[in-house]
Amino acid sequence: MRHLLSIADLNKSEAISILDTASELARVSDGAVKKLPTLRGRTIVNLFAEDSTRTRISFEAAAKRLSADVINFSAKGSSLSKGESLKDTAMTLQAMGADAVVIRHPASGAAQRLADSHWMSGSVVNAGDGTHEHPSQALLDAFTIRKHLGMGGSDLTGLSVAIVGDILHSRVARSNVLLLSMLGAKVTLVAPPTLLPVGIDSWPGTVSYDFDSVIPHVDVVMMLRVQQERMSDLFFPNAREYSRYFGLNSDRMACMKKGAIVMHPGPMNRGLEISAEVADSARSVITEQVTNGVSVRMAILYVLLAGGALEVGSN
Amino acid sequence: MKPVDFLIKGVSLPEGKKADIAISDGVIASVGNGFKGEANIVIDGSECVVLPGLVDLHTHLREPGREDAETVLSGSRAGAKGGFTALSAMANTSPVADTAGVVEQVYRLGQEAGLLDVFPIGAVTQGLKGEALSEIGAMADSVARVRVFSDDGNCVFDPLVMRRALEYIKKFGGVIAQHAQDPRMTIGSQMNEGVVSARLGLKGWPAVAEEAIIARDVLLADHVKSRLHICHLTTAGGVEIIRWAKARGIDVTAEVTPHHLLLTDDLASSYDPVYKVNPPLRTESDVHALREALADGTIDIVATDHAPHPTEAKECEWQEAAFGMLGLETALSIVQKTMVDTGLMNWAQVAERMSITPARIGGYENQGQVLVAGSIANLVVINPTQKWTVDRDLVLSNSSNTPYHGHELPGVITHTFYKGVATLINGNLSSIGGM
Repeated sequence: MRHLLSIADLNKSEAISILDTASELARVSDGAVKKLPTLRGRTIVNLFAEDSTRTRISFEAAAKRLSADVINFSAKGSSLSKGESLKDTAMTLQAMGADAVVIRHPASGAAQRLADSHWMSGSVVNAGDGTHEHPSQALLDAFTIRKHLGMGGSDLTGLSVAIVGDILHSRVARSNVLLLSMLGAKVTLVAPPTLLPVGIDSWPGTVSYDFDSVIPHVDVVMMLRVQQERMSDLFFPNAREYSRYFGLNSDRMACMKKGAIVMHPGPMNRGLEISAEVADSARSVITEQVTNGVSVRMAILYVLLAGGALEVGSN
Repeated sequence: MKPVDFLIKGVSLPEGKKADIAISDGVIASVGNGFKGEANIVIDGSECVVLPGLVDLHTHLREPGREDAETVLSGSRAGAKGGFTALSAMANTSPVADTAGVVEQVYRLGQEAGLLDVFPIGAVTQGLKGEALSEIGAMADSVARVRVFSDDGNCVFDPLVMRRALEYIKKFGGVIAQHAQDPRMTIGSQMNEGVVSARLGLKGWPAVAEEAIIARDVLLADHVKSRLHICHLTTAGGVEIIRWAKARGIDVTAEVTPHHLLLTDDLASSYDPVYKVNPPLRTESDVHALREALADGTIDIVATDHAPHPTEAKECEWQEAAFGMLGLETALSIVQKTMVDTGLMNWAQVAERMSITPARIGGYENQGQVLVAGSIANLVVINPTQKWTVDRDLVLSNSSNTPYHGHELPGVITHTFYKGVATLINGNLSSIGGM
């Protein structure tokens, strides 16, 4: 495996192998010395053409814990904000000897363009491209679900997951639908009809417009962020109405199954798609998602750059 | 008797009969068997088909304004290479072709290039803004004698503006060529809206945004009894509306591009913007509907929508890239591949769809003439038994954004004659093209 651009690039055993590698690496993160020497001397560039704090920091921490040299290249103040093309940026990174580029970009397909072009030769990791995919987020979500609710097996067979909110514009949803279904979970997409893409019938999983009818039957409720700009674009009448039908509040949380968990990829709009009580409740695993993110991103870099999965039980 | 300029021996006429065609003094001197006279140049046509010179009703030549992408001369060269003897230069240049001055400039540049006729298309509205009518009458009365008006690239969206334009052009028998795209439904659109766009996370361009405008405009054309042409039809639903309108006797014609007869939206999965075009590539079932409609005459013509762009406009992220693809040099091969080799059309129908009918729609009197003695010698010779491989580095256009790079296509164009002069000889551009 050379790049991670889409969950569709992975088969089931490759996905599970990343999760298993992440479990092993998590033990390192729990130790007093958090560092492994695996990627010493390798250079990883975080190319962030779109604002993002948590994903960039998460990848940076992951790379540093594997002893890689990390260069952060953000939109603000860089040549990207001066109109330099993706091609010229990529060729610059190539000239500097980047072994891998972790790219966050507002254009769908930007990571694939980078990987398919001959502009650079390193590995490309998609850290979120437009409204397309965010594969590392899906992997950390699957990792978190497996850790909490896994039935002993390596996959998610037998579990039900509801993904709720702006499916149309969500790269998190696209990656999660592919990955969670591949791992055997039953996925239900819950949203107003305006925020579901035409053509969704071809996706694995089912669709519901009625959050209340779905909520008592699922093991995981994954809430998606509602972008402010959707408000003015006729997707729903107003924030209050959205929140009334599709927000996760205490009343709805009370209908959840015993042991069911609440997830959110962040950043949250407290009071809109999720109430503060729910976000801070015992069911919420939202901060744990962030913690797991580092281990999963270590595993991704490990698999791409160290040439294969970490053997379970090794050091 | 003095020798004729050219003799094409034993070539298949569009209807299938073999004949010798003699060309002299700009006209077809004779068509028949066993030509007995002398000829300066004899061409073996035994494996070839001859058609009247191709006429494109939809070409972006980019001059004035974007000469880095294409000029009237470079576009003329690409046209001659592709078997064309007439192109229609779209109005979305910079400045926009919305005055007599600009259309006369483009017309003169075409004459100076001298490889084929360049007929400027006039803008319907000033600056293509869709608000106020451009100098339609002045363009019609100019040296360029404009008869086709289009805001192509933009839709004439305001129904009142469209109605007035349709009425006004009746004065001189013009036609409005509509780029059917509801702008509100396609803000920021990147590709066909459907299964593929949902997966790729690219903003959809729904078929209904095309169909709704076509439906409105055929009704408007009927109401004011004027002539409407629909540019680059792409949807099965649009075909149904045109079929309905024609059955009602509405004076509407429609075109399809070669790329919409072959390519589908799943090509966007590569995120390679060479496949980004407006209107977008649609689905397999749309492609089949378009082929059937072209064969049965519901769609009247093939037009290239040749849209050159410089390298940097395509060597980028999909959503940053320009819309459009080259078409002139590959059009006839794509039509052979999709329509002739599939048994849907014969060469006589190709002659109608790519020469005779577009010339009639545009009012191009010296073009699209049947191949008989006395006709102006605009013709193209194609060898349909041979194949060639498209190489974007070898195209004659100033740009290289062909979606067929590396594709092996049927049909090698050997000769193009424009007013009796060979502009393409054995596949090579003649020296009059400045090569």
